[in-house]
Amino acid sequence: MVSLKRVFMKCYLALILLFLYAPILVLVVLSFNDSRSRVKWGGFTLQWYGSLFSNRQIMEALKTTLILGFGSAAAATVIGTLGALGIEAMRRRSYRVVMSVTNIPILNADIVTGIALMLWFVRFMPLGFGSVMIAHITFNIPYVILSVMPKLKSLNISIYEAARDLGAGSVYAFFHIVLPQAGSGILAGFFMALTMSMDDFVITYFTKGAGVNTLSTMIYGEIRKGIKPQMYALSTLLFAVIFVILLLFNILSGKGKSTDDIVERSR
Amino acid sequence: MLRKNLCAALIALTGGLMLGGCGKEEPAEYLTVFNYGEYMDPEVIDQFTEETGIGIKYEEALTPEELYAKYSSGAISYDLVCSADYMIQRLIQEGEAQKVDFSSMKYADNIGDRFWQFSKAFDPDNEYALPYFYGTIGILYDTTKVDGPVDSWSVLFDGSYKNDIIMQNSQRDTFMITLKYLGYSLNTSDENELREAQQLLIRQKPDVQAYLVDEARDEVVAGNAAMAVVYSGEAYLGHEYNEDLAYVVPKEGSNVWIDSWIVTKNCKNPEAAAKFLDFLCREDVAEKNFEYIYYSTPNEAVVENMDEELRNDPAITPTEEDLAKCEVCTQADEEIARLYNELWKELKAD
Amino acid sequence: MKRKYLATPYIIWVVGFTLLPLITIGISAFTRDNGTFTWSNILAISEPINRQALFFSLAIALGCTLICILLAYPAALFLKSFRFKRKGFTIFLLVLPMWMNFILRILAWQMILSKNGILNFLLGKLGIAPLSISNTWGALMIGMVYDFLPYMILPVFNAISDIDEDTIEAARDLGAGSMAVFRKIIFPLSMPGMLSGVVMVFVPAMTSFVIADILGGGKVQLIGNIIEQEFMKSMDWHLGAGLSISLMLLVLISLAFTMQNDMEDRGTTIW
Repeated sequence: MVSLKRVFMKCYLALILLFLYAPILVLVVLSFNDSRSRVKWGGFTLQWYGSLFSNRQIMEALKTTLILGFGSAAAATVIGTLGALGIEAMRRRSYRVVMSVTNIPILNADIVTGIALMLWFVRFMPLGFGSVMIAHITFNIPYVILSVMPKLKSLNISIYEAARDLGAGSVYAFFHIVLPQAGSGILAGFFMALTMSMDDFVITYFTKGAGVNTLSTMIYGEIRKGIKPQMYALSTLLFAVIFVILLLFNILSGKGKSTDDIVERSR
Repeated sequence: MLRKNLCAALIALTGGLMLGGCGKEEPAEYLTVFNYGEYMDPEVIDQFTEETGIGIKYEEALTPEELYAKYSSGAISYDLVCSADYMIQRLIQEGEAQKVDFSSMKYADNIGDRFWQFSKAFDPDNEYALPYFYGTIGILYDTTKVDGPVDSWSVLFDGSYKNDIIMQNSQRDTFMITLKYLGYSLNTSDENELREAQQLLIRQKPDVQAYLVDEARDEVVAGNAAMAVVYSGEAYLGHEYNEDLAYVVPKEGSNVWIDSWIVTKNCKNPEAAAKFLDFLCREDVAEKNFEYIYYSTPNEAVVENMDEELRNDPAITPTEEDLAKCEVCTQADEEIARLYNELWKELKAD
Repeated sequence: MKRKYLATPYIIWVVGFTLLPLITIGISAFTRDNGTFTWSNILAISEPINRQALFFSLAIALGCTLICILLAYPAALFLKSFRFKRKGFTIFLLVLPMWMNFILRILAWQMILSKNGILNFLLGKLGIAPLSISNTWGALMIGMVYDFLPYMILPVFNAISDIDEDTIEAARDLGAGSMAVFRKIIFPLSMPGMLSGVVMVFVPAMTSFVIADILGGGKVQLIGNIIEQEFMKSMDWHLGAGLSISLMLLVLISLAFTMQNDMEDRGTTIW
């Protein structure tokens, strides 16, 4: 009976994963397709992987995308986590107001955020890489706050207050009390931000300067003429690299964990 | 522990990427060029910088409207802009273009005379706009699914291909073909004619499988639909992928579109800009671009050297006969533009 | 230093890059081309066509949120019950698909669902009659749920996995059945996570338009499509801004209202 239940649970999770990964499978298959059209199968090829690295535009866009993604996610995580800690301590009324404002970038259609930022930047700075970075940090912060806030609410923040009362510096208290408990929320926020940044097209489009290209803006530019197969190859590679890193990470940290357990028990 | 390692790794990665971003040699002069996506061979850009020492900051737009939105915000000072005929007209009318002396260019003569004539629809004295690529709008259809040769827009409206039709998800193009089918001008400003066209489109809507822009071609290639309204250049690519496909410019007439270049009024270096335009007209460069894009080129030097097969393909080289029945689309005035917008929303809401 | 001052950089950022740009665009919502004041752009949302689009958007966003909750809850519960040592890995598995470009994934769905698509090919192999879901409401909904599901599973899973095992054990020891444990402990304690999920699904679903254009075949007109059209096609920024600001206010008010009524006592409101 119990095992039947577990089988059912496993099947359910497998279906959910299949649902989430089905289009990824399609894209992986397309990266080996020896035809420039996405709807025709022209046989197996590795040529798109070969020509990928010699394509200066794609490589440059990849670099920009990664710098933008990691940079804006890191900045948003710092600002957002501190913000969440601060907001959580606010009185109900100001808390409400700040949280409503926080959600504005999520609430607005991308196109409105993008054009609003563009019109705003025009007043005091030229569009370039810096303006896209600011724009990305701006729309990333809410996702960090939304990931961190529930964690802060469920952890017992009074321990932090107590530590501070007992003379712990705020930095010390943060690293020893908040981080261990809210860490997964902060990490989730970081990855959420990174993901949003890598995926965004509209806001990037309106806030970038001439000559700055990300993978998204490149892909959108290619839609009409047909997505270049190198893009599928690049997506597949990125996916594979991240997946392998995660897998290794998982195996290694799994080992670390079991030794920790032993130490724990031997005490 | 694990988390700290991860964080450290991420910080290191971020820092590394930041550093990697610095340090590159810069040309002394720059031109900022605004064009459609995938509308120029990247090698051509590099080649221009190599030959002249002038760097290019290249920016792409998906649609003329997107281009206009970014252009008119003044966020970036563009030197050269390439867009659709009606958008070029709008920019010229708003005084955004500066005159270019095409006669002093070495290679501008490569552009066929009839394209300068077409251009007059939006640039009456040929002072501003340089034709870049052109084409028609017609029906791309699957000969295995459609009986007999198609020669009229009526095939879209007579109800014989239910749920097998793909229309353009763009107001102007969709109204254009309907107006032509009804025998009106595609630049009509008669409200009744536009309303009549809308009624026809509303009646047609149940037969339409989808209103798509960029994916229309692929849907016919894949056999998901029997026919689609497409730009001629797309039709050529469609035929490359699926030999059963055919393209026709219906007998009632259609739209001939010309994407053109202008030099903006803010351009600080008109000489460099003219150099760039001249460069684009040079035979070898125009040929490279043609082979990258496969849209119809107005550059006659390229057409002469083209393979027989390409020169005879109506999707690559529209016939005299086709062009004779086509009209150039001009910018609608504000009131008509608003009407288009209303009619389109009503059609979609129906 | 008081803890609330930690939010200072954030507040500065929000004022500088969220509020002020919003005010800029807000000004154009309240003006005409010639710069005079008008309410018409804000009130335009009540015109029949816009109202209909708003209604469709609302229906789709609600439906999508509901389906996401129904799919995400069991997933999160099951994930917890397997007691994976490495929670991070599970989260990564859910986030990973989002690292492939959005438009590429939606185009892939189009290929899966289309008439001669992958799904119908597989069904054919199994001897099942082909489905015609491409370019329909169904395809639109599949695309939306696909796009937003991770945003629901993640916060719900986060919240559920933080629930102390001991609490559940204690309840069991005191004779609570599985249902009671779920109703009295797991569900209430996972509420903050679910609310985050609702915000992250419902709110962006209200303004989305790309999925409607690609998977819905452009036949469905959502309020996001109309706003996009005003900005990008008819280039009436005043109207576009007006519509989007009134949409924003509507969503803000309705969210604040429902969540306040629901959650006030338990102190878990995220608004």
